[in-house]
Amino acid sequence: MKKLVTSLFISLATSLLFVPSLAMASGTELHLDHAPDRSGNKAALQNGAKIFVNYCLNCHSASYMRYNRLKDIGLTDQQIKDNLLFTTDKVGESMSVAMRRDEAKEWFGVAPPDLTVIARARASEAGSGADWLYTYLRGFYRDSERPTGWNNTVFANVGMPHVMWELQGEQVLGEDHKLTLATPGKMQPQAYDDMVADLVGFLQYMGEPGAAKRKSLGWIVLIFLGVLFVLAYALKREYWKDIH
Amino acid sequence: MSAVNTKLKDLLGWVDERFPLTSNWKAHLSEYYAPKNFNFWYFFGSLALLVLVIQIVTGIFLVMHFKPDASLNAAGVPVAFASVEYIMRDVPWGWLIRYMHSTGASAFFIVVYMHMFRGMLYGSYRKPRELIWIFGMLIFLCLMAEAFFGYLLPWGQMSYWGAQVIVNLFSAIPFVGPDLSLWIRGDYVVGDATLNRFFAFHVIAVPLVLVGLVVAHILALHEVGSNNPDGIEIKKKKDAKGIPLDGIPFHPYYTVKDIMGVVVFLMVFSLIVFFAPEVGGYFLEYNNFFPANPMQTPPHIAPVWYFTPFYSILRAVTYPLFGIDAKFWGVVAMGASAMIFVLLPWLDRSPAKSIRYRGPIYKTFLAAFVISFFVLGYLGVLPPTPVRTLVSQICSVIYFAFFLLMPIYSSIDKCKPEPDRVTSSGHGVKK
Repeated sequence: MKKLVTSLFISLATSLLFVPSLAMASGTELHLDHAPDRSGNKAALQNGAKIFVNYCLNCHSASYMRYNRLKDIGLTDQQIKDNLLFTTDKVGESMSVAMRRDEAKEWFGVAPPDLTVIARARASEAGSGADWLYTYLRGFYRDSERPTGWNNTVFANVGMPHVMWELQGEQVLGEDHKLTLATPGKMQPQAYDDMVADLVGFLQYMGEPGAAKRKSLGWIVLIFLGVLFVLAYALKREYWKDIH
Repeated sequence: MSAVNTKLKDLLGWVDERFPLTSNWKAHLSEYYAPKNFNFWYFFGSLALLVLVIQIVTGIFLVMHFKPDASLNAAGVPVAFASVEYIMRDVPWGWLIRYMHSTGASAFFIVVYMHMFRGMLYGSYRKPRELIWIFGMLIFLCLMAEAFFGYLLPWGQMSYWGAQVIVNLFSAIPFVGPDLSLWIRGDYVVGDATLNRFFAFHVIAVPLVLVGLVVAHILALHEVGSNNPDGIEIKKKKDAKGIPLDGIPFHPYYTVKDIMGVVVFLMVFSLIVFFAPEVGGYFLEYNNFFPANPMQTPPHIAPVWYFTPFYSILRAVTYPLFGIDAKFWGVVAMGASAMIFVLLPWLDRSPAKSIRYRGPIYKTFLAAFVISFFVLGYLGVLPPTPVRTLVSQICSVIYFAFFLLMPIYSSIDKCKPEPDRVTSSGHGVKK
């Protein structure tokens, strides 16, 4: 019996050793920079919301997201009305765009996607959706062969031009596939990265606005179930003490 | 107080004259005698029932807000996809209901796989429990159909292309295939017609059959009585009153024990629902947060984890046979791999039911089967490469060998003698 268990264990262990070599064979090598964590940092998320409304919401909608939901990140209805409402005058409205989709498709080749859950959709084995967006928004470079004049390191032949090029400046892609800043923009590289991190933090928040509440509620539920388990265990012991 | 008691007794008597309430309560709970030596593996039957209830109740509330509509809204998003996000954001507690339902789908398969494996460990499918096992396999079939139909409803990229791939499998059937897949889809591509009919199947047709089969499964179980980890019949040794010596009333003993199991299950369930509802892209695939786009095929279409062992077997078949495409034989192999369990009662010739008294050959085959099941499951989520296809072919052969060679190896295996009475107490301690 012992021999059998040992041989089973060895066969299981060898088959498990085999597994990583199977996983290695997957070809796609997408290197993503790690996005700084902005969750819980309300000032950063508010900054991200401002950048989103100013730079993204002209073409991209966030049609499942209501403006007044931004109270989650510490804004008041009045602040939202004064600073963020450009396309509507009601804070209960969702973040839609005025641009017509068929026209947008004509201009960019593809209609700009809705961004509400983009931070969830872009997650992969390579990294979180935030990592992807953080790398993407810092990965634009000049490419004369593209109709917009821009290309991207993580999204090849992207339809979107570099909307924030005035801030970042113009990058070029070297022979070694490394990006270098050819023309500086209005912001220092570190400041630009920080700003993008705020924007990505906001996109991540928007992907699931209730995520923070979900986690805090989770602890309460687990504590309740822990207490319930003690009672259930005591009840079971009491009933079963006569069974031998 | 006693006046109230008398009134209640009168009421119960009134009901019992018109409906078999007390007799059913006794037959199925307070005087249904279950073996006293159930161990860890015996929690999963009642847990499967719990998950079924969770899915039905959360499902009812989801249906109140979900819209099975593939047309695009003003923002260019399919209405069905947008309605799921509406549930996640604007419906009070909608996110909880939705995550419970999506986690419940995976939990259902985990619990059912454990429940089926329990049956294989202790020979619960053997005579006289063949019908329980057959009903159980039909439940498993319904569960797979239910999961497949339900997965299309959020109308994300994986929903759409997963359904496209699976429905296209039917087109591999000679002669009738293409028309059959067209009939299933209701359109030349997966579209609004498909979404609506899958919705109908998911919310009413399959659940009705499922609940009926669950009732049949339990009725058949209570007719013959439960098996146990020793694989012996407790009904063979009865006391003067005709009660099995190793049996205890299901209620209250197993009701209080199962409540304990339920709480532990809910703790694990809550860890997922509240802290990691996507489970790294396995319970909720990342690509499914992109709305369905018929013009853009994703680079890699993977089914959800619970289908991947069978999906690997489908992909492992790469040879055409009798002039029919390999794809067709892949579909046949996939169907066979999911349903071959139903033959177990007749394939198993071992004198012992329980793994405790079986010989080394059976144990080796079972271990090889379990390993191949896991490896196939793992390979099914990955895109194929020549090495992976070879490994999945080897594992598929092991998978089927476990079943098809069973009449031979189970009859020549050296088994230990079975005991007369169950060998461990209810606390799982060996005597």
